[in-house]
Amino acid sequence: MEFIKSNKFNIILIALALVIPFGVYPVFLMKVLCFGLFAAAFNLMLGFVGMLSFGHAAFLATGGYVTGYLMSNADLTPELGILCGTLASAVLGYLFGSLSVKREGIYFAMVTLALSQLLFFFFLQAPFTEGENGLQGIPRGKLFGFIDLNNNLSMYYFVLAVFLLGFWLIYRSVHSPFGQVLKAIRENEPRAISLGYSVRQYKLMAFVLSAALSGLAGSTKALVFQLESLTDAHWQMSGEVVLMTLVGGMGTIFGPLVGAAVVVGIENFFSGGELGTYIHIIMGLIFIICVLAFRNGIVGEFNKFVKNNF
Amino acid sequence: MSEQIILETRNLTKGFKGFTAVDNVNLKIQRGQIHALIGPNGAGKTTVFNLLTKYLTPSSGQILFKGQDITALEASAIAQLGLVRSFQISAVFPRLTVLENVRIALQRKEGNSFQFWKSDKVLERLNPRAEALLADVGLLDFAQATTLDLPYGRKRALELATTLALDPEMLLLDEPTQGMGHEDVAVVAALIKKVSAERTILMVEHNLHVVSQLADRITVLQRGAVLTEGDYATVSADPRVKEAYLGVAADEEVAA
Repeated sequence: MEFIKSNKFNIILIALALVIPFGVYPVFLMKVLCFGLFAAAFNLMLGFVGMLSFGHAAFLATGGYVTGYLMSNADLTPELGILCGTLASAVLGYLFGSLSVKREGIYFAMVTLALSQLLFFFFLQAPFTEGENGLQGIPRGKLFGFIDLNNNLSMYYFVLAVFLLGFWLIYRSVHSPFGQVLKAIRENEPRAISLGYSVRQYKLMAFVLSAALSGLAGSTKALVFQLESLTDAHWQMSGEVVLMTLVGGMGTIFGPLVGAAVVVGIENFFSGGELGTYIHIIMGLIFIICVLAFRNGIVGEFNKFVKNNF
Repeated sequence: MSEQIILETRNLTKGFKGFTAVDNVNLKIQRGQIHALIGPNGAGKTTVFNLLTKYLTPSSGQILFKGQDITALEASAIAQLGLVRSFQISAVFPRLTVLENVRIALQRKEGNSFQFWKSDKVLERLNPRAEALLADVGLLDFAQATTLDLPYGRKRALELATTLALDPEMLLLDEPTQGMGHEDVAVVAALIKKVSAERTILMVEHNLHVVSQLADRITVLQRGAVLTEGDYATVSADPRVKEAYLGVAADEEVAA
């Protein structure tokens, strides 16, 4: 455990992240990083506040659509395009959060699902999303006006930087005075109220943070694939992020990234072959095995193993 | 005279679908006293507590704290005014350490609880105060233990330390000795006596021995309404109280 928390471990990981695109296809890696950030943002709500949102696709898609539209039509630099997408998701998060954090458990999940479905049909009908076709050929642009991101390697390092920033912010939030209150709310909400904390405001704040970071992931993903489609807004995407978080280990820092790598990896592995049509059955089986056999997820079980044996 | 009353209820009533759990209760709690709320099971004691701290909304009636009408306030706002409650089942944060439990309470007044960009190391400056509070309840040796692993009596002591960390003017204790062994009861009773020095305490308590030792004034509830009120001698001599408890009160007194 000590090693995982140490700086050495982080430096090794970052060094690995810097050289890995020379061995592995960068677009695949970027996909993992984007979904890893998305799952980590989602985990901020599920793992650290204990609230299961079933509408996080809304924030991923909003970030993607706003960034995609602006990059295609407003000639922004990519960093500004991503910033706008992230802000749009934060605003949407405030709206959805205000309506949903008053509810708990299954009711919270249902309200977030309903709101995200509303948004799905809005994106389906709205003229600027191009409906079923989605936004295609989104330009990646030049970072700060001079670094051409059409080179996959440059794009990878940019995505890695975005990911590290987002990931650091999540880590910081979890290990901050604010994060301490979130943990207290997760552990015993009535008691947190009795100590004078207006729990709803803390939940709303966490929700907005989580939505903004999901938007950051969506915005970045739209640039990576130069595509934004309704898949991102669909409720299945909200389910997929739950799957990633649970497979990796909810409430752990690295779990969502590992979960995203596993899920994206499996999808990529099967999507080309004959088993492609069975992908949802395979994912369903993995989910069932995870829930039944190792509830703490991959990282959760690993942490437990290390704690018990060293 | 009115300044001596810290908490007052006027015709406090709570009905649940055709059943009146609390019926026109008028309470006046004197500043600085230990006031006990007793009564047989289902008399509405805990419901009164939940109404006072806004975990339930009254059907009608008023609640005044320090002369201010708090009937419409939120639960967290009432805690911020200095009226803090404990719970029947020990209310701790199980997967935080003992020290962190107390620190959560101290943290609120620091005003940094929304700062997600700061390291939680800034909370370490609260450690000496948290440790002093833990020492008061005899838990200093367990400061770094995970709260989950504490025995029940110690969890209740921790809960008390956490509550005291808020330095509340008035404490509402819901059955502080419930489920405790004999020795722990004595320890907690002594603790309550100690902390009551600068505060007002309203407590629900089943252990009449503890009530007889601690309470300056006792209100007896029966079927949601106030049956009688007075000091222990007056209340225990009242035949209606004995009847309400079906003689249980008298037996318990002998047993204790």
